[in-house]
Amino acid sequence: MALEIVDSCVGCFACEPLCPNKAISAVMRPGEPLFFIHPERCTECLGDHDLPQCAEICPIEGAIVDEFGEPLNPPGSLTGIPLHLLDQFRVTECRQ
Amino acid sequence: MELPVISNAPPALAGGCSESGCGTAPDALAHLPDHIRAKVQDHPCYSEEAHHHFARMHVAVAPACNIQCNYCNRKYDCSNESRPGVVSELMTPNQAVRKTLAVAAAIPQMTVLGIAGPGDPLANPERTFETFRQLSEQAPDIKLCVSTNGLALPDCVEELARHNIDHVTITINCVDPGIGAKIYPWIFWQNRRIRGVEAARILIEQQQKGLEMLTARGILVKVNSVMIPGINDKHLEEVSRIVKAKGAFLHNVMPLIAEAGHGTYYGLMGQREPTPLELEALQDACAGDMSMMRHCRQCRADAVGMLGEDRGAEFTLDKIETMEIDYAAAMVERAKVHREIADNLEMKRALQRAPKFDAPARRADPPASRSLRIAVASKGGGLVNEHFGHAHEFLVYEVGPSGHRFLGHRKCTPYCMGDTSCGDGETVLGQIIASLEGVEVLLASKIGFEPWADLERAGIRPSGEHAMEPIEDAIRAVYDELAAAGKLDPAPAEVAARAA
Ligand code: SF4
Ligand code: SF4
Repeated sequence: MALEIVDSCVGCFACEPLCPNKAISAVMRPGEPLFFIHPERCTECLGDHDLPQCAEICPIEGAIVDEFGEPLNPPGSLTGIPLHLLDQFRVTECRQ
Repeated sequence: MELPVISNAPPALAGGCSESGCGTAPDALAHLPDHIRAKVQDHPCYSEEAHHHFARMHVAVAPACNIQCNYCNRKYDCSNESRPGVVSELMTPNQAVRKTLAVAAAIPQMTVLGIAGPGDPLANPERTFETFRQLSEQAPDIKLCVSTNGLALPDCVEELARHNIDHVTITINCVDPGIGAKIYPWIFWQNRRIRGVEAARILIEQQQKGLEMLTARGILVKVNSVMIPGINDKHLEEVSRIVKAKGAFLHNVMPLIAEAGHGTYYGLMGQREPTPLELEALQDACAGDMSMMRHCRQCRADAVGMLGEDRGAEFTLDKIETMEIDYAAAMVERAKVHREIADNLEMKRALQRAPKFDAPARRADPPASRSLRIAVASKGGGLVNEHFGHAHEFLVYEVGPSGHRFLGHRKCTPYCMGDTSCGDGETVLGQIIASLEGVEVLLASKIGFEPWADLERAGIRPSGEHAMEPIEDAIRAVYDELAAAGKLDPAPAEVAARAA
């Protein structure tokens, strides 16, 4: 039972100091997500907090996923930007 | 209409900000108590006067944030404190200290070190305070300042006071949670994400509490607000009144920047930015007896150098790594340079106070001419000394029969970045002209043939006649000439009012 940080992480450091188990660290290898959750240390905050701290503060939708790959903060849930506008923006961003 | 007259500053202003290199009213700081004015006088971010002579820098040690703003995309730096779409080079506190010492040794005019992002400095208290602690020890001649959204501020005031930090900037966009809910989608508070009106209520409470705690301890507080048309534009006058009453020494209203390409909520939702005229009107309404920082350029959080310039490329991490820094020696040199600048400024103030023998037009009964807006291209030093095509911004003044005042900067992409890259000139020129809304005359040291014709077509008179002249003399001469030629007759409404 552990959360995972994926590619869309922007490396903002917000989650790192909050982890009660010191499971989160910065990764300095190109091609990998900027931050990493150690799967053996992550308890999903059980026993420490009601809610997983990293996912509570993370500002990036989709950056933190559970063991099934489901994002804890799905698209639109943090910014309130409607999905069709988010999709449009992603397309233009990829072209750049 | 009442206009302050720059060069007739009353002698009582001794020690105040009466130099007007960028043309702000001399009383911009005059209302402040002496001890506060002394602190602000040499601060390149706060004093119109000092920003020509002293430099500031920011270091990016604080990446995390504890709130979300609708004008922000967290892929980039905080868009309140920086140019949107910019990513700063993130540093550890040790690297930041080293860079600060390197810059301070190389640029003795550097007097202020700020931490302003890319996230919220007080959401990263260890990194921020470690930087401040080392600098207070190693470079006591550098002033420290910090910007914050205010959420964690009350918890940090004690520590701030300990590090002897005398400038804090709080971004306060509202005092009404209903309005706040339209600006902040969530905050992280006591181990959970909180949304909506409740989130805004907590944030506002913390900001106001932090503001009160700081001013109670004699720490200078500046308040920044982002003007968001249709959301907080009317409300900011109330914000201004309240923060003033609580002792903030400056209230700086900045325009929302919202482009779809930045991927922010406002950008994608089509929230519009304020026009320059709307911004000026709000800044006027908020001014009251409190000075406004009209020269704010929303500089990048990691910029190095004098306001409006960036010498960051000289101080990249690998370059500072190999630099030898003897800060003790640098401090001696720095003290010398600071003294020279202070003497120089004092001399200018004395000259300003000396009686002037000016064109008689100024003392004659004010002719019944209306005021007009003049834009000036300037590289600095208070002169009309920039080519139209090279200008990154225009200084806009309102000039009336008996005085003038500085309204603000209109930023732009330079029309021509050199002789080879003029390809995009057409569209850029259209944008520049749009940004000059309300302006009737444009002064530059040189203006090319093509933009000249387009400016005229847009109802803006271009002029290169006043090249290299002091801005104040130039705009006065232009005004007097137009008034004498009968081109500034009062607006029809005024005439009617007088006839009645
Ligand atoms: S869920 Fe909790 S324990 Fe797991 S990485 Fe996030 S903060 Fe650490
Ligand atoms: S809070 Fe989210 S975006 Fe920031 S470093 Fe952690 S996972 Fe990445």
